[in-house]
Amino acid sequence: MLQYILRRLGYGLVILIGVNLITFLLFFTVNTPDDMARLNIGGKRVTPDQIEKWKVERGYDKPMLFNDQAQGTDQLTQTVFWERSVSLFVFDFGRADNASGGDIGYQIAQRMGVSLRLTVPIFVLGLLASVIFALWLVMFRGTRVDFWGVVACVVMMSISSLFYIIVGQYLFSRVARLAPISGYAGGLDAVRFLVLPICLMLVASLAGQARFFRTLFLEEAGKDYVRTARAKGLAETAVMGRHVLRNAMLPIITSSGSALPGLFMGGLLTESFFGIPGLGSYTIDAIASQDFAIVRAMVFLGSVLYIVSNILIDVAYTLADPRVRMQ
Amino acid sequence: MDLPFKFVTLWTDVVLWVMLLGLGVYVRQVRRDAALRATWRRVFVTPSAMASAVLLGLMLLMTLADSVHFRRALPDVAGGVRAFDTRTESVLDIGLAKLIASRENSYSQPLATYGFSKESVPPQADAKPVLDEHGVPTLPARAYPRLRHGGAGLADAERDWAGDIAVRLAWGSLAGAAVSLLLWLLVRPARATTTTTQPPAWRAAWITASVMAVLVGWGVALSWGQGYHVFGTDRTGNDVLYMTLKSVRTAFVIGSLATIATLPFALIFGIAAGYFKGWVDDVIQYIYTVLSSVPNILLIAACVLMVQVFLDKHPELFETGLERADLKIFLLCLILGLTGWAGLCRLLRAETLKLRELEYVQAATAFGVSHWRIMQRHVLPNVMHLVLITTVLEFSGLILYEAVLSYVGVGVDPSMNSFGGMINQARVEMSRDPIVWWSFLAAFVFMVAIVLSANLFADAVRDAFDPRARVYRARPRAAVHPA
Repeated sequence: MLQYILRRLGYGLVILIGVNLITFLLFFTVNTPDDMARLNIGGKRVTPDQIEKWKVERGYDKPMLFNDQAQGTDQLTQTVFWERSVSLFVFDFGRADNASGGDIGYQIAQRMGVSLRLTVPIFVLGLLASVIFALWLVMFRGTRVDFWGVVACVVMMSISSLFYIIVGQYLFSRVARLAPISGYAGGLDAVRFLVLPICLMLVASLAGQARFFRTLFLEEAGKDYVRTARAKGLAETAVMGRHVLRNAMLPIITSSGSALPGLFMGGLLTESFFGIPGLGSYTIDAIASQDFAIVRAMVFLGSVLYIVSNILIDVAYTLADPRVRMQ
Repeated sequence: MDLPFKFVTLWTDVVLWVMLLGLGVYVRQVRRDAALRATWRRVFVTPSAMASAVLLGLMLLMTLADSVHFRRALPDVAGGVRAFDTRTESVLDIGLAKLIASRENSYSQPLATYGFSKESVPPQADAKPVLDEHGVPTLPARAYPRLRHGGAGLADAERDWAGDIAVRLAWGSLAGAAVSLLLWLLVRPARATTTTTQPPAWRAAWITASVMAVLVGWGVALSWGQGYHVFGTDRTGNDVLYMTLKSVRTAFVIGSLATIATLPFALIFGIAAGYFKGWVDDVIQYIYTVLSSVPNILLIAACVLMVQVFLDKHPELFETGLERADLKIFLLCLILGLTGWAGLCRLLRAETLKLRELEYVQAATAFGVSHWRIMQRHVLPNVMHLVLITTVLEFSGLILYEAVLSYVGVGVDPSMNSFGGMINQARVEMSRDPIVWWSFLAAFVFMVAIVLSANLFADAVRDAFDPRARVYRARPRAAVHPA
């Protein structure tokens, strides 16, 4: 078990190196540090001195990949690549490119908890709600309930999550005044601000997931062991809950892994719509102000989270199915 | 040649027409191949798929009309070089010229004759300033301004409005009914001559077409002549219906072009990884794992920021603002393709791994057929159904994705009409008081119509091409598991 996890972590590290290389190349083949300086200083007239100063402050004045001025290992470490990319591996994110951005590591530490409070409930409750809804549809398979349930799913899938957020915010915050329109507070007060975003994201993601789970359950429900279970005289709820659900668990776990990137994006949207100071709104602000340092840090952090949660899901996989052995 | 206009070839125009050509070639191939024809027949037997196809077809026609661009020549200035208007128009714009011309000052509700917010009424030129009891000039009166174009033909807007709308709706319905009847006459012989046991769902097609005909009839009748703004106007007084119709092309370009752009990577890498195995497989797997472990939206955002800088540095690549916006959407599609191929690649790799062990591939290897030839003749045709299913499934997802990207600020150019841009605007408009709801509604209706029909069509395609999926369809009243 431990060996398996270690090996997966090792491979994750190799992938992170790739991610890092890609983002670095992406950013600097098109952009020179001079362009970035000009962009960030802003204004009509930018003097070469200002650019030089900006670059020195941010450490962009060094050579890109290889420093032939330096000696020994400094040849590799005294470079933009080393300072701005390799340092990410020890979670040293450095400073934002924008003057007002501040220290990225500090910001991330501040905002991480807020984001998790939003996304973890969405993930867990979303999974639960979809499984229950799908099981309910399968109980009524072949009837009108099933048919119209699927129709509702397809229609709901065709609606952009932006519509859910905008309409939900309008109805529940402005008209019914059930929840604050936007904002955030620490401690228990956070619940007040988080309930509406979480509910809306649940509705937005329910249809697609539930429809997919429904096909999984139907596939299981057609198998022989289910017929045997029914023949024994088990109640339909017992058949569904104890036999079908447990056997369909594997593909559900796999698919929840592929739902993770979507979770990230959902967080991005809800946070910026509801003014929740999490990582998502931080990223959107960074994109809007074209702050490459933050975007790069977020790319790195996003891939770390993705890789780690994928490993967790694989572990969960082995726990759910004794046939799967870790190797 | 001395045409009064010059054609402008935009990148996306070229690609759209080439794709149409490709579609034509594919249709010809389907007609020749009995097995393919039977599979596609299964798609069109499904009423929902047929109805969706009709709607998508209509939208596609509009997209194509919006994909022939030209610039009008300006009147000659004393023997100089011929100059052209900086505004680029499309064939669709000619049809919608009335909507473009009837620009108001600001917001107005759908079918309104008066503006949405009060404006100060300018005093008459010869009127004396009105003084109140203290001798101070009163503030200018404020009233809802009469729209310049909305219901301009009405003598008394309040009294005649309802009657005029009713007459126009009646004309629209009549025209729609006429078109519907015409279509019925066209469809009837086709229904009569079908010999197969499972005829295509002509009735669904006819009903959808009729509904569309009536809706289009209403739209045309209401805005005809001195008509109204069917979906109202936006903040700068532009007709929302026009913006919505223009957004359809953006959605189609993103949906189709970005999907097509994923294919080369997915096909080449997926088949190569599955066929060669070994280190090729390892390298390719590594690449797509890296790609898919980066949150997609961030990768796209990073790429789009790059493109932005690139476009700013190379102004020589485009002549007009439209060409710039077009180049941007083209590059955006390439980015979406470059970042989105991992899923299909994984599927193709797994399928190829299975295929390469089959007897006919082994036989081909034994005969000394080259790798390239085996992949081309024996593997590629047998994974095409996966490619097709993924392509149609991706289409609707990308249209939804465009809206999100535009919201984040890395979507299409703000000068380009798109559903994402409209929703983004609507976010501000919905927080006004009283709220401005109509452009949000227009974007919603059109987007749901397109995405829903794309989803329904994709479902039917998947059911037809993937025999495993067919068993689990939900039907109103039928056994789920056919014997």
